[in-house]
Amino acid sequence: MSVDKNTVRKVARLARIAVPEERLEPMAKELNGILTWIEQLNEVNVEGVEAMTTPVAMTLPMREDVITDGGIQDQVLANAPKSEDGFFVVPKVVE
Amino acid sequence: MTAKQSPMTNLTQLTLSDAVDGLKAKKFSSQEITEAFLTQIDKSNPSLNAYVVVTADKALEMAKASDAKLAKGEGGKLEGAPLGIKDLFCTKGVRTTACSNILGEFTPTYESTVTQNLWDQGSVMLGKLNMDEFAMGSSNETSRFGPPSNPWRRTNSNVKLTAGGSSGGSATAVSADLCLAATASDTGGSIRQPAAFTGLVGIKPTYGRASRYGMVAFASSLDQAGPLAKTVKDAALMLEVMCSGDDKDSTSLHLPVPEWTKSVGKSIKGMKIGVPKEYRVDGMPEEIEKLWQQGIAWAKAAGAEIVDVSLPHTKYALPAYYIVAPAEASSNLARYDGIRYGARQSGDGSLTSTYETTRAKGFGAEVQRRLLIGTYVLSAGYYDAYYLRAQRVRTKILQDFEEAFKQCDALLTPATPSAAFGYGEKGDDPVAMYLNDIFTVTANLAGLPAIAMPAGLDAQGLPLGLQVIGKALDEEACFKVAAVIEQSASFTARPEKWW
Repeated sequence: MSVDKNTVRKVARLARIAVPEERLEPMAKELNGILTWIEQLNEVNVEGVEAMTTPVAMTLPMREDVITDGGIQDQVLANAPKSEDGFFVVPKVVE
Repeated sequence: MTAKQSPMTNLTQLTLSDAVDGLKAKKFSSQEITEAFLTQIDKSNPSLNAYVVVTADKALEMAKASDAKLAKGEGGKLEGAPLGIKDLFCTKGVRTTACSNILGEFTPTYESTVTQNLWDQGSVMLGKLNMDEFAMGSSNETSRFGPPSNPWRRTNSNVKLTAGGSSGGSATAVSADLCLAATASDTGGSIRQPAAFTGLVGIKPTYGRASRYGMVAFASSLDQAGPLAKTVKDAALMLEVMCSGDDKDSTSLHLPVPEWTKSVGKSIKGMKIGVPKEYRVDGMPEEIEKLWQQGIAWAKAAGAEIVDVSLPHTKYALPAYYIVAPAEASSNLARYDGIRYGARQSGDGSLTSTYETTRAKGFGAEVQRRLLIGTYVLSAGYYDAYYLRAQRVRTKILQDFEEAFKQCDALLTPATPSAAFGYGEKGDDPVAMYLNDIFTVTANLAGLPAIAMPAGLDAQGLPLGLQVIGKALDEEACFKVAAVIEQSASFTARPEKWW
């Protein structure tokens, strides 16, 4: 599978990273270099092999469905680039 | 702060264990040793660039509190001992950016579990240590603050060498006596490769031993915290304190933390040590092969039995890693949108443009490259071909280890395929840089504990390390074998001070 300029544009959009037009081609080349190298995995027979989860068997812990945290609005907003009246301020999303 | 003379400077050269004993015996106070470190940091950091934040006031305050406890004969396992913290760990009230521009001046309102464990046992925080941006790198060159300088240099050369990555700042600080020990993290070798490059000991425990709560996430199924320290015993002491079962991390193992310091010095007589033939790679310097053979001889002399083993899927570890890690990173780093924290860029003013320019300006080139790879391998139609296949290959790699461990108790391998290299010496090829982690990445993929320790110097006077990989939860075997190698090698070389 080879990545072209248009694929990079599409992937960059999905990743929400602005990649300037003139960087698309070189980026495609870089990604292809890495992807070609990765493709050796196709040599491995993984028929019937489960995907790895953890080396030590464990079950995800369960707990009571109760509130354990909260009432820390000032802490939540402490690092916000822009906030007002206890809310995050974001660019306008609806016209 | 007043600069103190030689006796204080010597305090910075102590091992962590000796410093803790000295503090308990009241040979010196925490304030004295903390001031000695702060003085050294003041002098050395401009040339070494190990610390990206120095928390002098906080350190002295913590030292004072420790001295009060020590005076009453109280105190924790690390009471009064000054440490450095990798900038990956959230520290309440102290800027934490994982050395990325996108986090701006982010100042956590909470503490990571690993660092909290250290403070609970009385250690003193000197500051935050340099690292590759989001721990993505093997040379610490991707840091927003520029790379640190390895205190080690080649004989008769003043070429600046990398201290490795991603925990390059931690390795630099410990190796240059700018802290007694440091926290680090390891996703593909980020503790063990810097340890090898700076003549230090570094261990990554079994996945789940150390809580990931409050650690800036890179690849969640691979990330583990661990220490960088001057000796095997120091590393054991640090790890004992850092590990804990934690309800705040659902992958945390709720198991008792063994007293690993007690493993150090135990006999390895009758232990079976495996030597995997696949770790002999093309182009590996002869010196590394020689060092490996020397390590095997030392283990044998200590009464261990050497067993040849095979890990046939070793060559697929790095390619699998470069699917799994970027895929998980692309998901983890989706949170950096410039809305809730970090540095926001507005672009053309629309929401999408805010996201896209915030991330384009905030992430460095290597992080962007990996995010694009990760997004690509997870995108519609490719998930099975890439991510799922890589996770299955991971199972094959784990099965290799399980097979090998039927014949032996631990594995002995080189830690890195070369000694520390100069900045820019790897060229522009990202894959050439990735190959640095060839011996370390398998333990991350399989979730196994692995330790790196110094075993000798190369012809150019640079340290070289060996690695011991243990069975899941058997850090003890790592510490036992590492201590034997440490003792046999009697590695006492120190970098010649140029900084």
